[in-house]
Amino acid sequence: MSTSRAIASSLGRIAPALLSVGTLILAWEAYARLSGISPTTLPAPSRVIAQAVQNWPALLENTLPTISATLLGFACSLAAAFIFSVLIDFFKPLRRALFPVFIISQTLPLVAIAPLIVLWFGFGLAPKIMLVALVTFFPMLVALVQGYAATEEDIESLLASMGASPMRIFLLARLPSSLPYFFAGLRISITYAVVGAIFAEYAGAAKGLGIYILNAKNNFRPDLVLAAVLISATLTLVLFGITILIQRLAMPWDKLAAERKP
Amino acid sequence: MSAAKLELRNLHKRFGDLDVLADISLSVRPGEFVSILGPSGAGKSTIFKLLTGGLRPDGGEILFDGTALAEETQPFAFMPQRDALMPWRRIIDNTTLGLEVQGMARDSARQRVAPLFAEFGLDGFEQHYPAQLSGGMRQRAALLRTVVQDRAMLLLDEPFGALDALTRSGMQRWLETMWEHHNWTALLITHDVREAVFLSDRIYVLTERPARVLREIIVPLSRPRRDLASPEASAIEADILETLLNPPSET
Repeated sequence: MSTSRAIASSLGRIAPALLSVGTLILAWEAYARLSGISPTTLPAPSRVIAQAVQNWPALLENTLPTISATLLGFACSLAAAFIFSVLIDFFKPLRRALFPVFIISQTLPLVAIAPLIVLWFGFGLAPKIMLVALVTFFPMLVALVQGYAATEEDIESLLASMGASPMRIFLLARLPSSLPYFFAGLRISITYAVVGAIFAEYAGAAKGLGIYILNAKNNFRPDLVLAAVLISATLTLVLFGITILIQRLAMPWDKLAAERKP
Repeated sequence: MSAAKLELRNLHKRFGDLDVLADISLSVRPGEFVSILGPSGAGKSTIFKLLTGGLRPDGGEILFDGTALAEETQPFAFMPQRDALMPWRRIIDNTTLGLEVQGMARDSARQRVAPLFAEFGLDGFEQHYPAQLSGGMRQRAALLRTVVQDRAMLLLDEPFGALDALTRSGMQRWLETMWEHHNWTALLITHDVREAVFLSDRIYVLTERPARVLREIIVPLSRPRRDLASPEASAIEADILETLLNPPSET
């Protein structure tokens, strides 16, 4: 495929999304201007953007802690999910012992847990990392465990016939087989991670988009609340895009199946 | 029979209450192409699992070169039903898999395999991924991965079962040529009567589960066997089909 055609086709793919989002924003803008609703109740998108530009130093100052909480929390969660997935894969009974605990951890309402964790661990980075890990750990663990299980049986018996040890089979077959599942989990979890970080900050923080949103709300500034939301949405989309990019780089064979065969 | 490369004596295997192999005795001599032919679900693949160490027999003996098959030795190169190529490895790295598992460095394994690509009709596809290859090419890559391990004997488990009829015929001819050229000792599992007649020196016909050897058939056709429709080949084929469809009743 030539570059220009590739660009044209990817433009064609995002066109419907651009159209629907654009229509929504235009309708909102029109309603805010024509209905005479107070901007302290529902600010128009144009006002949100203008305020975001005007307050960018404060917004930036509060965005950076959110980014570091998201990434650090997510990194911890990934590391833990990987270690536990390997343990479960090698010692199957562990799954029955551990999964109920993890499932219960997913039923805890964040509204109750977030303030408690802040109460116990303070206003620093630690409670944010914990909350992000709490909401992303289980989806990543399930993705990895399912991914290992999706290994083609023929490949495993082939490796066994070659004399490969269970560790060798894990590294040569089960781990690479889990990649599509891993990346599917990654795309979902990264969106949870941003929301988790903001929620943790909302429950108590010195800096961060969450506490910024809380303060803006208390000052009757919905335009600044929405400006912070705009930034968190952009942040999520960027992280989402990065995971797709990493997947493309890590799995170059994935796109080939659809292409023409000789 | 003392010259047999591989000999199975009264092999018996059951899974719980299910008798899969009742009594399997067969032998393969060096350089011989032998087929195991039987109905689907007769336990043909179970025989291979017993050989490659995935399963242990409940009775009987497996002798290789006259001595009992030890667990740590692995004289067989196994080719599974589907090609089992790893989608994430390039063709060259799929074909070196067995050598890598044996502990050979990746670079030397590549150097060892690369000269064989032309003979296997894969010249120029070393850096492709399996998804970019046709079914026939994938099977040839799988066979290359099998033979390059330099084991004493090939175990082929319905290697062409997933291919379309035309590709399958082409692959059978190609395999016969390769076998004659390389002097492999091969044991093939198939349920395709014509494939068995075309490729084999001898055929063991199995009963339905629990499997026993129903008949041993020697295929006296000269090689190379270009002419699949010769009266001699057709007669053997018809004879085997008759045996499979109307097995002689047990007494």
